[in-house]
Amino acid sequence: MRTRSVLDRQTIVVIGFLAGAAMLVPIFNGLVAQDSALHVPDHLVPLLGKYLCFALLALSVDLIWGFCGILSLGHGAFFALGGYAMGMYLMRQVGSRGVYAHPVLPDFMVFLNWQELPWFWYGSDIFPIAVLMVVLAPGILALAFGWFAFRSRVTGVYLSIITQAMTFALMLAFFRNDMGFGGNNGLTDFKDILGFPLQAGSTRLVLFVVSAIALGLGYLLCRWLVESKFGKVLVAIRDAENRTRFLGYRVERYKLTVFIISAMLAGLAGALYVPQVGIINPGEFAPENSIEIVIWVAVGGRGTLAGAILGALVVNAGKTWFTGALPEFWLFALGGLFVFVTLLMPRGILGTGQELWDRMRQRSQLHQAAPATSQAAE
Amino acid sequence: MTAPITPALLYLDNITVTFDGFRALNALSLAVDHAEMRAIIGPNGAGKTTMMDVITGKTRPNQGTALFEGSHDLTALDEAAIAELGIGRKFQTPTVFEMHSVEDNLLLASRSRRGPFSTLFARQTPRERERMDMLLDRVRLTAHRRRKAGELSHGQKQWLEIGMLLAQEPKLLLIDEPAAGMTDQETADTVDLLRDIATTKAVIVVEHDMTFVRDLGVKVTCLHEGSVLAEGPLDAVSANERVVEVYLGR
Ligand SMILES: Nc1ncnc2c1ncn2[C@@H]1O[C@H](COP(=O)(O)OP(=O)(O)OP(=O)(O)O)[C@@H](O)[C@H]1O
Ligand SMILES: [Mg+2]
Repeated sequence: MRTRSVLDRQTIVVIGFLAGAAMLVPIFNGLVAQDSALHVPDHLVPLLGKYLCFALLALSVDLIWGFCGILSLGHGAFFALGGYAMGMYLMRQVGSRGVYAHPVLPDFMVFLNWQELPWFWYGSDIFPIAVLMVVLAPGILALAFGWFAFRSRVTGVYLSIITQAMTFALMLAFFRNDMGFGGNNGLTDFKDILGFPLQAGSTRLVLFVVSAIALGLGYLLCRWLVESKFGKVLVAIRDAENRTRFLGYRVERYKLTVFIISAMLAGLAGALYVPQVGIINPGEFAPENSIEIVIWVAVGGRGTLAGAILGALVVNAGKTWFTGALPEFWLFALGGLFVFVTLLMPRGILGTGQELWDRMRQRSQLHQAAPATSQAAE
Repeated sequence: MTAPITPALLYLDNITVTFDGFRALNALSLAVDHAEMRAIIGPNGAGKTTMMDVITGKTRPNQGTALFEGSHDLTALDEAAIAELGIGRKFQTPTVFEMHSVEDNLLLASRSRRGPFSTLFARQTPRERERMDMLLDRVRLTAHRRRKAGELSHGQKQWLEIGMLLAQEPKLLLIDEPAAGMTDQETADTVDLLRDIATTKAVIVVEHDMTFVRDLGVKVTCLHEGSVLAEGPLDAVSANERVVEVYLGR
């Protein structure tokens, strides 16, 4: 029932790559001399960690888009919610070290003259509760959204548009001070996580390694999902939704299930992202962020999982380079890349690579077979 | 429900479906017995496919009764629930899951629990594998089991879809134009297959190909403009004045 061979090779490559990164980055950062070419400077560690978080986010989008045909243009919202859940914990960790030195209230609440903690901040100082909220908050939003959207059979471009509306509405809400999440400044000025200072190199290395592990586990979870019979139903829905229904499958339940799982993965990615970049603000809800995620997936290769990871890493590395060298051209480059991929490489880097590889193998087999047949003809 | 209203397996009475005022089905009544095969003929637009849409829950009738096994009200159930009752359907244009292998297509159709959590932890049992082998053999696709369904010929896709129907183990099979795009040999084989299926299950076949319908040798219902024009053996139906008029008048 589970498909093997080629896909397993892909799993080995992905896990091998992540395990290698998780081991080599700390080594090259800590043990290799600073003047060596192999040295990974301190500032690069959280940047690489950030890429891994984006890769996990791209993976979550590929799970629903690549395998179930749900094109979410609002996945940034789930990422941001996970980020806010983590940000709340980090805010509470600041304690009385804030500018206003209030023992309980975060600075922005003191600034707004709030007397006590809003109820939805209760428990945010307890790490296990924060972690729970990291997946629960996006999960509950996905449940509520998906319940209405999938039951009323909203599909295709209409669904994409309402996911955009969802993230846009949340952005406007989070911009408001009275939402209780720090308004347009968001949550920032974090001090430490679980008692370890966020500025310390060792903490950053650990966060990087944890991100790599989360991405690896996320990948394995998705792989397991798509190779199960459940995953086959997802692909059936993607390719022939009505047919699947007439076979007796409740399509909306499948969509809802995979949408919630995907939202939770996105939330986890956001939670790992926030301590590494040190801030979360409503800008993360911006509709264009969500569109960018889809571009990563399209560039890497939709419906391949590994392609989503690859796409996120490649495009974000490009973005870092561009914003350093030619900042005003980044958006043009991104748009151009998207057009290029859609028109000329509809299966993305991974799909196109696979195609070329297959063709080359076929050709070399032909070459090997050709002398034999010509001899036979003589 | 109490005592069944009708002994028929499928009972349609006075079904009307309108699309923007246009009556696709007009007070249609039809009854099909257990293990009966029925052929439905009728000119294009007669409402044959729409009738199947009503039976499978895709289209809700504006009025009328649709009962399965005398007690299940088909007009109140959704597609998945109706499929689970035991009504399977082959579409007019073959729709198989092109990206899945032939075997996976059958596997997805095969009778088993349909919920997300059941499929997540599903394991294929030896009995299931045996059934799969039998089915592949019956629709003559054993040699193609690992191929993608999208690579099959048109006729093979039709057969795969019939195989998927069988895998569902339904009590009633609705088969829309099975012979379309088939070679003569394939068509003859399809007749044999359907006759074999009909020994244990009820089958409704829609077909334009009159040789095919003749070879089936079953009771025929002719639809026209959404209602039954004539019903009976093919010879009687095709001798019917109004049927001749409808077919020749076009
Ligand atoms: N969803 C719909 N909306 C509007 N009109 C429809 C719809 N479905 C069917 N019709 C109309 O209802 C009539 C009956 O269509 P139906 O597909 O049932 O015919 P049919 O007997 O299956 O014909 P064919 O032999 O061509 O398959 C046609 O005139 C068709 O245009
Ligand atoms: Mg039709």
